[in-house]
Amino acid sequence: MFPAAFDYQRAHSIDEALDALAAHGDDARILAGGQSLIPAMRFRLARPSVLVDINSIADLAYVREADGFLLVGAGARDFALETSPLVDKKYPLLADVSAVVADPVVRQMGTVVGSLCHNDPAGDWPVAALAARAELVLRNKKGTRTLAIDDFLVDSYSTAVAEGEMAIEVRFPTPGERTAGSYHKIERKVGDFATASAAARITLNADGTIAKAGIAIGALGPKALRVSAAEKLLEGAKPSKDLIASAAREAEKIADPSPDNRGSIEYKKAMAGVLVGRALVSAFERLGVGGLK
Amino acid sequence: MKVSVTVNGTAYERDVEPRMLLAYFIRESLGLTGTHVGCDSWRCGCCVVVLDGDRAVKSCTMFAVQADGHEITTVEGLEQGGKLHPLQQAFWDCHGLQCGYCTPGMLMTSYALLKHNAKPTEPEIREAISGNLCRCTGYQNIVKSVQQAAAAEVG
Repeated sequence: MFPAAFDYQRAHSIDEALDALAAHGDDARILAGGQSLIPAMRFRLARPSVLVDINSIADLAYVREADGFLLVGAGARDFALETSPLVDKKYPLLADVSAVVADPVVRQMGTVVGSLCHNDPAGDWPVAALAARAELVLRNKKGTRTLAIDDFLVDSYSTAVAEGEMAIEVRFPTPGERTAGSYHKIERKVGDFATASAAARITLNADGTIAKAGIAIGALGPKALRVSAAEKLLEGAKPSKDLIASAAREAEKIADPSPDNRGSIEYKKAMAGVLVGRALVSAFERLGVGGLK
Repeated sequence: MKVSVTVNGTAYERDVEPRMLLAYFIRESLGLTGTHVGCDSWRCGCCVVVLDGDRAVKSCTMFAVQADGHEITTVEGLEQGGKLHPLQQAFWDCHGLQCGYCTPGMLMTSYALLKHNAKPTEPEIREAISGNLCRCTGYQNIVKSVQQAAAAEVG
């Protein structure tokens, strides 16, 4: 099915995009990769009356480090992260995600910021962004604000982006010493929505205890969920099989999945634990801590 | 809206509604029916075309107006001067198609793959085409075809 009719506006600068958003308010949507928005429009789940295409804005597709962050512009496609030597070398969690979003063709169009703005409960990037403690940079005609990912992801398909505002960048903190992460998901086939997923990001102290933990799960509730109880339990403790099992149980407790043909509530809750366990084991292995399987 | 686009080296200008999807634009406005529409919802990869020389995109999940000012290669653009592209020749030689419906998408996805990675390993080929479905399940020979084409292009 074709989408409902809409007006198309091509922005050549962020200012032009903001002008268009200011003029059309809530009826306007940003078109970046379009890999979620266009299908939603075709199924008439979304009916924006104006699309503001940001694909022609120069210098919005950047992936670069500055000020202790990896900065990913609103035009940067999954494929750019997947093929970035910098991401491969220093951001294992993001490298994991960039290789499993949707399918390889979709990743050549789809953008990281677009995925975060779409905030699909089964999306991959919201989960990784929670574990990595990312920040979103939002701009309107009056100015720019920066939001923690927890405040940005409001509910299913809804974010803190206000009327007339555009997400222009996501920032992932650069891993310091003794920091690693990983992302695991279960999907029925490549390109299907996740049945369940989990991300972990761990920083160790010099003595081998855990300094900082970021744990999140996806497709297991109305939106990606931070497993704060698991993070608290991990921080200060020494990696062990028992510790991982306890963290996994916290994920099972907060998982609130819907049953569908990907699995029952019981199955998906169990997978929350399994995947948090796998994500932690991988993160620890990347930090040189083995024997935890 | 006016759309100016170069497809397989030929410049076209057409007036289209913004909601015209690129796949239908290519098939119906330009008459290039080699690009197939399968699932019509981003899942199957039959409609893959190559944007600006090296990016595989699902043309059912992109608007024609987005292609304004860009170059597109469709399956019709592979053959040059009556000679099949090495990928097409390899699909022929290795029996890389049965019903042929997914073939244009398989060819264009593989074409973009070889632009980025001239000598892909078998797992890399399988990964690259994992967004393209073959309902005949002819994957073994499709993978062999891409391997042969990669060897031919390098050799």
